[in-house]
Amino acid sequence: MEKSPVLVAAVTLTGLIVLGFALPDWAQFLMTIALAKGLVSLGIVAGMRCGVVSFGQGLYFCLGAYTAGLMSRWTGVTDVFLLTFLSVIVAGGVGVIFGPLLSRYRGIFFAMLSLSLSMILFGALAKTTSLGGTDGVNVAAPTFAGYAPEGGALATALYLFIVTVTVIIGTVMRIVFDSQSGLVSLAVRSNELRVEYLGSSANGIVAVSYVIAAILGGVGGVVTALAIGHVDPEYAFWTTSGEFVFVAILAGYLSIPAVFVASIVLEVVRSFSNLYFPNTWQLVLGVFLLVVILVRPDGIGSIKLWRRRESAGAAEPSA
Amino acid sequence: MDLLLVILIDGLIYGAWLFIVSVGLTLVFGVLGILNLAHGSLYAIGAYAAASAVGLYFTLGGDVFPLGSYAAMILAALLVAVVVAPILERGLLRHFYHRDEVLGVLVTYGVFLILEDVIKLIWGVEPLFVFEPYDLLGTIEAGPLFYVAYDFLVIAAAVVTGILVWYFLNGTNRGKVVLAVIHDREMSQTMGVNVDRVFMLAFGAGVFLAALGGALTAPMISVSPGIGVNVIIVAFAVIIIGGLGSIEGAALGAVMVGIARAASVHLVPELELFIIYFVMAIVLVFRPEGLFVKTQTRKI
Repeated sequence: MEKSPVLVAAVTLTGLIVLGFALPDWAQFLMTIALAKGLVSLGIVAGMRCGVVSFGQGLYFCLGAYTAGLMSRWTGVTDVFLLTFLSVIVAGGVGVIFGPLLSRYRGIFFAMLSLSLSMILFGALAKTTSLGGTDGVNVAAPTFAGYAPEGGALATALYLFIVTVTVIIGTVMRIVFDSQSGLVSLAVRSNELRVEYLGSSANGIVAVSYVIAAILGGVGGVVTALAIGHVDPEYAFWTTSGEFVFVAILAGYLSIPAVFVASIVLEVVRSFSNLYFPNTWQLVLGVFLLVVILVRPDGIGSIKLWRRRESAGAAEPSA
Repeated sequence: MDLLLVILIDGLIYGAWLFIVSVGLTLVFGVLGILNLAHGSLYAIGAYAAASAVGLYFTLGGDVFPLGSYAAMILAALLVAVVVAPILERGLLRHFYHRDEVLGVLVTYGVFLILEDVIKLIWGVEPLFVFEPYDLLGTIEAGPLFYVAYDFLVIAAAVVTGILVWYFLNGTNRGKVVLAVIHDREMSQTMGVNVDRVFMLAFGAGVFLAALGGALTAPMISVSPGIGVNVIIVAFAVIIIGGLGSIEGAALGAVMVGIARAASVHLVPELELFIIYFVMAIVLVFRPEGLFVKTQTRKI
C-alpha cells in the first residue's frame, strides 16, 4: 500500500521534534550538523540519479555559509529565514550559471570540473583578506523572525529549524523523484541515448538536477554556518566535498531517509573518532567506503527495509 | 625585462615540478582508465620515504660522499613503488577496470583517506626536515638573481623523466604494446598481449613517478601530514588541460600552469591559487577534452 508522503513527513517531523528535546546538547548539535550536511549530500544524490557525481558541492555549501557570514557582518541581517532565502538565491544563481556548462560533461569530467569550480572559490577566498582570508569570518547568532534566543535555547531553535527544513525538502524531493521528469533522470542514468531519441533533453535534466543540488548545498551551508558560528574557505575545499560524496555513496540513490541516516553515521563516527583515535579516523572512513562500494554498490538505501517505491518494478537493471 | 626573466625561470621550475608530479597520474589514467585520487598520497609517501632514506644515509656516514643522498632519494621512491603498487593494483584496483570511471575516482578517494592515516601511523605527525640535498649544489647566478642550483636539478629531472617516458612508449617494443593497450584493450588481449601485466607495470610506473615527485620535493619543504592533499588538485588541473592520458599534454599543461602561476605570484599575488583553475577553465571552454585530445569513438 502506498503511504502518502505528507503523512510520512508529518509523522517523521513529530518524531524528530520529540527526539530533539530528549537528546543531550552534544547529540542535538550533532544532529543539526548532520542534517544540514545531509541536505548537501541529497543534492549529490539528485545528480547520481542522472548518473553524474559532483565532487564539488563544497562550492555551494561554502557559498551558502559565506552568505550567512557576510550578511550578518555587513548588513546586520541575522534572521534565519531571510538568510536561508538569500543563500538559496546566491547558490541557485551560481548553479544556474554553471549548470548548463557542466551538463555537457559526464563521468569523471563532470566530477573533476565541479571539483575545480569549488577549488576556484577556495583559492579566491583564501587569498581575499577583506573576506577574512584563510581565517574566515564569524557568523552572528541567528534570530528567528524577531525571536532572539541564546545558549541552549538557540541550539534547540536551530535544531527545530533544520528538522523542519529537512523534512519539507525531503518530502518535496521524494515528490520530485517520483514525478515524470524525476523518473526520466533514472532513464538518463541507464541509457542517455534512448532518452534523447524519445525526445527528452538529457543535458537539460542533468542541468536541472545540478541547480537543485546547488540550492540544497546553499541551504546546508547556511545552517551549518549558523550552528558553528564561523565560516572559512575550508568549506569549499575538495576534501569537504569528498565527505558529501562519501555520504551520498553510502546512502545510494534509492532512498531519501538513507541519505540523512548516512550523514548522521558519518558525524557520529567523526566525533567519536576525533575523541578516541584522532589519527586513524580517515582510515576507518576509507575502509568503510571501500567495503560499501564492494559489497553494496547501490548504498545502504538499497537494503530492502528502505525501499518503498522503487522496488515496485521501477528499479533499473544494475549497470 | 628582469621581471620577465624571473617569471620565466620561476615558471619553468614550478612547471618542471608539476610535470613530475602529474605525469604518473596521466599515465595511469591512460592505461588503466582510473583517475587516481590517491596520487597525492603516493607523492606524500615518496616524500616521507625520501626524508627517512636521506636521514639514514647521513647517519650511516654519508657525509663522506654527500651526493649519494640523491641516489638514496631515488631508491626510496623505487622502494615505495615496489611495495605499494602491487598491493593497490592487485588487491583493489583490478576489480574496477571494467567498471565506470567515476567508480575508480570513488575507490581511489577511499584509498586516499586510508593512506593519509597510514602515513601518520608510520611516520607520526611531527614534520621531518632534510635540507642537506637542497644545499649541496650551491647557488647559480642568473643575471641579478641567485637561484638554488637544486631548483635546476628539478628541471633536469623533469626533462629526463619526460624523455624517458616518451622514448619508452614510442621507441621500444614494450612501450608500443602499452600504447596498443591504451588504444584498444580488448583487441590487444585478443592479439596475445598480457594486459594484466601491462596494467601492473603501468601502475607501478605511475606510483614510482608520484613517489619520485615527492622524493625530489622533500628537501625543499618540511615533510608533514597533508602535503599530498594540495598536490593532487594542481596535478588534476595540469592533466585536464593537457588532455587526460596524454604525456605531451601533461608537459605543455605543466609549463602553462607553471608560468601562469609564476606570473601571478609576481604581478597579482592574490590570484595565485585562482589562476591555476582559471587557465584550466579557459582551456576547457575552447577544447572541452583538453589540448591533446584523442578522438573518442562512441561505443553504444
